[in-house]
Amino acid sequence: MDYERLGLKAGIEIHQQLNTREKLFCHCPTVLRTFDERSGEFFRFLRATESELGEIDEAAKEEMKQERRFCYYAYVTTCLVEYDEEPPAPLNPEALEICCTIARTLSMTPIGQVHTMRKLVIDGSNTSGFQRTALVALDGVLPNGGSIETICLEEEAAQRVEGDTFSLDRLGIPLVEITTSPCMKTPEEVREIAAYLGMVLRSTGRVKRGLGTIRQDVNISIRDGARVEIKGVQELDLIAEVVRREVLRQQNLLSIRDQLRDRGASVMEEPEDVTGIFRDTKSSILKKAHSVLAVRLPGFAGLAGREIQPGRRLGSEFADYARKCGVGGIFHTDELPAYGITAEEVGQLRAMLRAGGDECIVLVAADEKKARCAAQQVVIRAGWALRGIPEETRKMLEEGSTAYMRPLPGAARMYPETDVFPVTITADWYSSLPLPELLTTKRDRFVRELRLDPALAAQLVSSEQVGLFEKMVDAGISPSLAARTLLSTLKELSRSGTDVRYLSDEAIMEVLSAVEGGEAAKEAIPAILGMVASGTTVAEALRKCAPALSRDELREIVRRIVEDRRDFIAERGIGALGPLMGVVMAEVRGSVDGKLVSEVLKQEIAAQVQENGNRNGKKV
Amino acid sequence: MSGEYSSGDIVACTYGRTLRKGTYITSRDGHAVVKLESGYNVGVPVTSLSLISRPEAVQPPEVTVVQDETLPRLSIVSTGGTIASRIDYRTGAVTSQFDAADIMRAIPRLQTVGRYRARKLTTILSENMTPAIWQELAGAVYEEIEDGAAGVIVTHGTDTMAYSAAALSFMLDTPVPVIFVGSQRSADRPSSDNTMNALCSASAAAADLGEVAVVMHASTNDDICAIHRGTRVRKMHTSRRDAFRSIGGLPIGIVEYPSLTVRLEPCAVRRGSVEPALRKNLEERCAILTFYPGMSPAVIETFSGYAGLILSGTGLGHVSTLLIPPLRTLIEQGTMVVMTSQCLHGRVCDRVYDTGRDLLRAGVIEGEDMLPETALAKMMWVLGNEKDPAHAETLMRSDLKGEFSGRSTNGL
Repeated sequence: MDYERLGLKAGIEIHQQLNTREKLFCHCPTVLRTFDERSGEFFRFLRATESELGEIDEAAKEEMKQERRFCYYAYVTTCLVEYDEEPPAPLNPEALEICCTIARTLSMTPIGQVHTMRKLVIDGSNTSGFQRTALVALDGVLPNGGSIETICLEEEAAQRVEGDTFSLDRLGIPLVEITTSPCMKTPEEVREIAAYLGMVLRSTGRVKRGLGTIRQDVNISIRDGARVEIKGVQELDLIAEVVRREVLRQQNLLSIRDQLRDRGASVMEEPEDVTGIFRDTKSSILKKAHSVLAVRLPGFAGLAGREIQPGRRLGSEFADYARKCGVGGIFHTDELPAYGITAEEVGQLRAMLRAGGDECIVLVAADEKKARCAAQQVVIRAGWALRGIPEETRKMLEEGSTAYMRPLPGAARMYPETDVFPVTITADWYSSLPLPELLTTKRDRFVRELRLDPALAAQLVSSEQVGLFEKMVDAGISPSLAARTLLSTLKELSRSGTDVRYLSDEAIMEVLSAVEGGEAAKEAIPAILGMVASGTTVAEALRKCAPALSRDELREIVRRIVEDRRDFIAERGIGALGPLMGVVMAEVRGSVDGKLVSEVLKQEIAAQVQENGNRNGKKV
Repeated sequence: MSGEYSSGDIVACTYGRTLRKGTYITSRDGHAVVKLESGYNVGVPVTSLSLISRPEAVQPPEVTVVQDETLPRLSIVSTGGTIASRIDYRTGAVTSQFDAADIMRAIPRLQTVGRYRARKLTTILSENMTPAIWQELAGAVYEEIEDGAAGVIVTHGTDTMAYSAAALSFMLDTPVPVIFVGSQRSADRPSSDNTMNALCSASAAAADLGEVAVVMHASTNDDICAIHRGTRVRKMHTSRRDAFRSIGGLPIGIVEYPSLTVRLEPCAVRRGSVEPALRKNLEERCAILTFYPGMSPAVIETFSGYAGLILSGTGLGHVSTLLIPPLRTLIEQGTMVVMTSQCLHGRVCDRVYDTGRDLLRAGVIEGEDMLPETALAKMMWVLGNEKDPAHAETLMRSDLKGEFSGRSTNGL
């Protein structure tokens, strides 16, 4: 697809959690809990409030179409600030420092006086009804020549357990939000820039890692289309697909618009009450509803059922809008008869409404109030189909298609957080912040200076252990031993049931230093680390697990074994090396490097073979 | 200087590498605070700004409130507080600015509970409350009752709400509910407790109640507001929604939310039990003194000339024996001294230990299980209305408005 010709413009917002000791506005630890660890629950109602300019945000209004009761899980690791029962503590200085370090790495200009704002979010994910956020720096530079508009320091929202229930462990963890300009022109470029920014963030070594700790939102528009923000793309690999599918959606919606215009289609604003028709229907949804309303869309027949994205139709968009009123979904005649609604009932419906063949009829069913609200929403969305594409915030579904969430929020959702004082960033302090070495630079340096294999170097820098690796190398441990221990030994130990969280960095370094000093063999590393993880001191583990043997002591053991198996060697010659290796290793219990064992054993077997040969020669 | 700009000016802000448009908000600590189009406020050097335009100030739309004449007539007397507050750009802090009509606009559901007459008495933060304003407030509430209000709602900052509720309890005989209400989390946030508290207070004001009460959240949940007797309530937490607690007994009722169903305890005084009366004299030369270990006797002497002194003593109602001589002198000179306990829960008893007996001999009056703040309000009222010391003492020892509980229930 020729994205340039389509006028694709995309920008991204990256949200990355910071690995601080405390949360952004309280002194709770930034740890996640399992839901069954909760110490209590409480519930609240939220309502939209006016901004200081007297406006109510569109997105907030939309969320308030239903009165919603939210339930929250509390933990011993959360406090009254998360419960919205205590004013916030001052902005966490550690988080601000990390945020500024990232900003400086991206050549941004810091704000002289940082003001914390309240961003209205009343979907329940914040107990207060707003997310605290502060604009920290402006105008960064991207490798594609594009620019970063802003970096903000924000508090993470609470995690949804299910429905309107949220868990407060995540609420308040600091995160940075990096917003680029709409400077990307192809889906692949979006992926590259997202990958670049992710790399810069990880280069600080002070961001959280793992699933859910980084999320991308993508802003997309095409020519004649509309700006759409897609929330919560967690996997980088999906990001290009999301862009491709949104372009497809906008193209299809534009094509539907053109066809609707050609047909002279229209939206009848007043829904019709058709409850009577479905009094004895087999569709349980329609039967139990107090009110079934029909929204009439002349000229829409066949188009409501048209696919606009894999798995999504124009009708799906109608349904998303209707759901804001608390209904489960909608029916439309493009997909009927189905769901227990018979062809006869559809015929009755059309007859009652005197609908023409080109008319699509949308049915909503609920109690009177919800049904009215839902029908109104369908009218609004269908009206958009005639005009083009509405500006929206959308959420990503599996595979990269999207569903409507809410209108794009505006400036009206922001008002000052009066309980937090502004923070001054001085030029001197900002310029004194040390810049981290970028992981790409580090990777190249590992290849160049440590002679690491490029693939291994890449694996190392993308691992959480890269900091420890560098410490090890600085302490004189060989890069390959350090890399192997960190990238494979620890993983294997973990896989075989050892709780490697109990292994301190210092302990691992001590063990590896002992190996480098000849106090233990490489083969003994897993056994020693395993013992240390289960509570043994390093010294004790070294002693128990790896009584070191000198080369001479080893030779003595090998000689004895070789002597005992004289006949076997006579039979197999140097081929006895493999089987005897196992015998020796069992005896030295990993206290000697296998390479050394092999070398000594080979020499001794060779000597024996030679001796046997001589002896045999003499006899003959 | 920032004097060049005023709030609402549209300005161009050259900062970083880009020119941005914004709205000038205020000047703060040497920075110009500008609201960018994204909604974010940033503090930038005033030199980075230039004026684009100065729009006319937009007046908020007038909303006409339609009242249902079939509903009970309630009066809202506002004194300020976070139930009706807004951001002040001068300081960036939350201040009280709304009048009572604004509360109705902000909480439309109030109109399903009653029809209202709004009266703005004052707009203060409750720490600035004075006995003189209690007198004005009592007068205003009395006028509303006389004028036929089925109930009166007093909006009040939470810090000193319990003092005011106690003071009005003594100053007023009321046949209708007089409900104090406030909010612990400011009204400008979606999670504010103001809406639920206000709705519950209106429902309580329309209920079968005939006394002064405080209606606030009963727990951290948005499910129940407690109705506390004005003489037994105390703010027991700095910030939580359920900061208000009845001490030494249970609340006199609850209001369920969102149904707004009121359930009253048998002990609650019912509507129409008394004729309305106002006795608003107060003796302001009264004080509370919290005793602490090592307090100098000279501290007691500084209250010479006071009409009354509430002691907040330790345990059963004690102060150091060193303070007994100056207390005796103070009482001999005509100051009434009443003992309460800093334990808050439980009854004073100065007959158990020697120190207590010595205090009684010196003329100290046991304050039973009165809260210290309630005892202060009562003392101001008693001494303001009764000049005969013996009669005044009798009043202090009598349960007038439920400030004593006759028997100590387990309380905790």
